[in-house]
Amino acid sequence: MQTRATRIGFGIATALVILFLWIPILIILAYAFNGSVLQTWPVQNLTLHWFHEAWHDQEVRSALWLSVKIALITTAFALVLGTAASFAISRFQFFGRESVSFLLLLPIALPGIITGMALSSFYTFAGIGFSIWTIIIGHTTFCVVVVYNNVLARLRRSSPSIIEASMDLGADGWQTFRFVVWPVLSTALVAGGLLAFALSFDEVIVTTFTAGAQTTLPIWILDTIQRGQQLPVVNAVVFVVVVLTVIPVIVSQRLTQDSGLLRRR
Amino acid sequence: MSELAQSGAPVRSARLRLSAELWRRPWLKVVALLALPVLAFAVVYLGSLVALFISSFWEVDSFTGKVVHTWTLSNFSSLIHDPVYRTIAFRTIWIAAAVTLADAVLAFPLAYFMARLAPPRLRALLFVLVLLPLWTSYLVRIYAWRTILAKDGALNWALNGIGLPDANLAYTNTAMWIVFSYVWLPFMVLPVYAALERIPDSYLEASQDLGGRSWRTFRSVIFPLALPGIVAGSIFTFSLTLGDFITPALVGGANSQFIGNVVHNYVGISNNVPLAAAFALVPVIVMAVYLFVAKRLGAFEAL
Repeated sequence: MQTRATRIGFGIATALVILFLWIPILIILAYAFNGSVLQTWPVQNLTLHWFHEAWHDQEVRSALWLSVKIALITTAFALVLGTAASFAISRFQFFGRESVSFLLLLPIALPGIITGMALSSFYTFAGIGFSIWTIIIGHTTFCVVVVYNNVLARLRRSSPSIIEASMDLGADGWQTFRFVVWPVLSTALVAGGLLAFALSFDEVIVTTFTAGAQTTLPIWILDTIQRGQQLPVVNAVVFVVVVLTVIPVIVSQRLTQDSGLLRRR
Repeated sequence: MSELAQSGAPVRSARLRLSAELWRRPWLKVVALLALPVLAFAVVYLGSLVALFISSFWEVDSFTGKVVHTWTLSNFSSLIHDPVYRTIAFRTIWIAAAVTLADAVLAFPLAYFMARLAPPRLRALLFVLVLLPLWTSYLVRIYAWRTILAKDGALNWALNGIGLPDANLAYTNTAMWIVFSYVWLPFMVLPVYAALERIPDSYLEASQDLGGRSWRTFRSVIFPLALPGIVAGSIFTFSLTLGDFITPALVGGANSQFIGNVVHNYVGISNNVPLAAAFALVPVIVMAVYLFVAKRLGAFEAL
């Protein structure tokens, strides 16, 4: 399959699929600068007015703040739980090891609506009222796995003998962690944390079931689109959301690429 | 200085003893490390799934609107006997299958080009170009298509530009099919790429040495080895479509309800959690069967 014709054919198909992936995103980003109130293409009379409008919208502001708070706390939870689980899975053989890793994968393998419904029945069951914490718990279930995957991949690439060497040289558990494990893991943790933040920040499905009457930014966007009002403001907000989620992803990509550190041969 | 060392010594030796103890009994460490995440998960997540399952056997008192904790199969019998639910379940599964097929067809050439033809720099660039849309808010991407497919949107503008009539795709099942395929495409590209990258060059050379032409090599060597990757990707495309309700709500029409929409309405609007829970079990069962088959096909090694 390496002939010139197949090479060119696959090249063209690749270019078309990449265009298919990108054109819709570029179009919706362009709408943020649309001078007209109507959602027509092409965009006319470019303006920055809607960013100003969105910034001074009280609903948008409180929704944004709620989403940021949720994403930050969720990221912290995901980092602690995901790291602990990845250590246990990568370093030790024990009974039920397979089922633990399956359990962690479950929230992303099952449709979000199941997680959402399940959590909302659980809250009703346990008599827990909706609050910011009910949303955070929901987000944590599926954010743990991104941290877990990132840290696990890094641990598998690094050799366990560096820890043994550290212990042999007289370091205690904390010193081994601080001076040996942390330098190896830090970028994987930051990368996993950024992905968890991005994942939590724009989640809608689980959130609709665990939010009650609270409005996160994605829920505000969804409601406003369905009402069909204030679409120019939505476009400006959407622009900001895309930028806010894409930056952490690019940074985390960069961080996980420097994999030269302590490769296992 | 010596005072410091003296007061520090017992603490340090205690820490060392603790470390050594943990080193000697690795299971202690396992318990310590796993206790927190597993407890959190088992209680919250599994507990919730069990709660969901149990509540599907309850019902709502039609007079008070409160959930009555008596065991009944009435939710399941109304799901089976009411043709509306059957149509919706069938539509959901059928579109999920069509989306999976479209994604496999779209992802394969891209993944093949990335894995086997592109030079390293181009491959890295393509990786970023596939990953970024995946991480761009999925709500935003669906909204983008809503504006593109609208009457005054970019699609009709482009069609009219080359002298074709309007496409009238807005708010149809076809629109849902396109949008779902679009939104989940990166989930298919990545595992197929991983599977294709693992094929050793010598396999392809061997096939050529044995007289296999391009098509034969593809059919007998490349495709069977890429299949676990395609199945792994299909787990995502299939499962994510089955559980979605945003896409039908934003780009679907009057006859585009999915299982997710019904469940969402029952939970949010009519407050009938038991019936919603029973209907939500349909995608769970479909996925359980699907995962079982996928495991048989070796898809989990390709994830």
